[in-house]
Amino acid sequence: MRILVAVKRVPITGGRMVLTADEQAIETRHLGFTISPHEECGVEEAVRIVEAHGGEVVVLTLGPPEAEEQLRDCMAIGADRAIHLVTGEEWDAQATAAAIAAAIRAEEPFDLLVFGNESADAGGYQVGIRVAYALGLPVVTGLKGLTVGGGRARCEQEVPGGRDVYDVPLPALVTVKEGLNLPRYPSVPAKLRAKGKPLASIPVERPASRLEKLRLVVPEGARKQAESLGSGPEAAPRVVEVMRELGVA
Amino acid sequence: MTVVVFVEGDDELSLQALTLGGQLGEVRAVRVDGPYAPAAWAKAIVAAAGGDDVVGPGSDRGNEVLAHVAAQLDLPLAANVTEVRGDELTRIRWGGTLLEEARLHSPRKLMTAAPFAFEARTGQVEAETLSPDLDGAVTVVDHVAPDTGGRVSLADAKVVVSGGRGVGSAEGFAILEELAALLGGAVGCSRVVTSAGWRPHADQVGQTGTKVSPDLYIACGISGATQHIAGCKGAKKLLAINADPEATIFAHADYAVVGDLHEIVPAITAELRKAQGS
Repeated sequence: MRILVAVKRVPITGGRMVLTADEQAIETRHLGFTISPHEECGVEEAVRIVEAHGGEVVVLTLGPPEAEEQLRDCMAIGADRAIHLVTGEEWDAQATAAAIAAAIRAEEPFDLLVFGNESADAGGYQVGIRVAYALGLPVVTGLKGLTVGGGRARCEQEVPGGRDVYDVPLPALVTVKEGLNLPRYPSVPAKLRAKGKPLASIPVERPASRLEKLRLVVPEGARKQAESLGSGPEAAPRVVEVMRELGVA
Repeated sequence: MTVVVFVEGDDELSLQALTLGGQLGEVRAVRVDGPYAPAAWAKAIVAAAGGDDVVGPGSDRGNEVLAHVAAQLDLPLAANVTEVRGDELTRIRWGGTLLEEARLHSPRKLMTAAPFAFEARTGQVEAETLSPDLDGAVTVVDHVAPDTGGRVSLADAKVVVSGGRGVGSAEGFAILEELAALLGGAVGCSRVVTSAGWRPHADQVGQTGTKVSPDLYIACGISGATQHIAGCKGAKKLLAINADPEATIFAHADYAVVGDLHEIVPAITAELRKAQGS
């Protein structure tokens, strides 16, 4: 099995959104970064499949030079090598998908392409689907369960009241959600090994955005003034009173 | 004309999408017949839409079908839009904890309506039914239902008792389970908890977990990261119980109790039992 997983570097936002002065980005000077959560599960799943069936896991990102950190994290989880499409700018979903599809074409064939259902930050819900069209592959989204074997993929998609099941021939593209698995914490030796794994950096030029970000805005009215019901266990009677007022107790 | 796609029947989110569609132009509502098959559905919608704008609900499936439409037409798609101003729009990022103002450069508008950003259109809605060509289509072949043990699901619960890092351990959730059971509610948790393996991911409330809308959400030992707020901001009322009076969760709370949840939660349970006379 040759599997490619596309990932995105995103900040760990914590409790409050603070923007840069030009309102073009989140102020990240004091923030750490991570692999967007859905995609971290995608990497874990790909690594498990290759551990069971043999093969190779390639990770790919389109992002700033610093995104090498996330590619190394993916390789610490167990990916074999990485492709980094390097750009200092934020791309819209359509341009992102086109660049990723072109990079994948240069590396084909793959049995399985794994994307996140939507990125944690931009949340466009479309990059994986667009890449599937560009490459002429079947696509199933939002997976919480995946079984591959016999040249097919059984895909479980979470829906209200359970899971819908799809069965598609490989090669295919799937988009996954957090909860597909519990990603491992890489061991120290695995992190050290990841530093020596191959990483190809390819500079890319951003085309004109067709969904052009103008500015970011922190939504108003997010902060409330909470009514204090007291402190410690002595607050319990007042809490129950409120529950009764709300009609839930 | 604006074609508005009903993806999951006459659901609330599709009725909200109708309102967004109405802001773009005269609305023509369509639904698609047969089993869910996003690529085939999109093909039928593209054929029916001609050169019109296409709008769908900001549900998982609404976003999926519209992404197929956008990919087939090679046009930009704005997902989860909250407001439209000509060629400019506002859409949500980070599960709604941040907004983006953007300009759409496209001869046709393709967008989904962010959940609960628009009033649902009321009154009779006439929707024409499209019949997709399902030959060779990727489609749902089976459905599996989880064993909920007869308990109310997180998404449907009227009360959610949710725990975060402050609960301290998997065992620590026993007191939350007890309170939730007494209220006929469900237990939820934050992402820290599922990452630590204390609870299954199915219990996670948040941007990458379940989005809940109970009458009362009780956040116990949850700091209030935006990831979590994105999942519980639909709650009518939020009660935060936290040892740290400076915790961000209090800025999102309607009611606050400061202190150790390990003492407070059992005290609430005991008080409820007393009040219920059991």
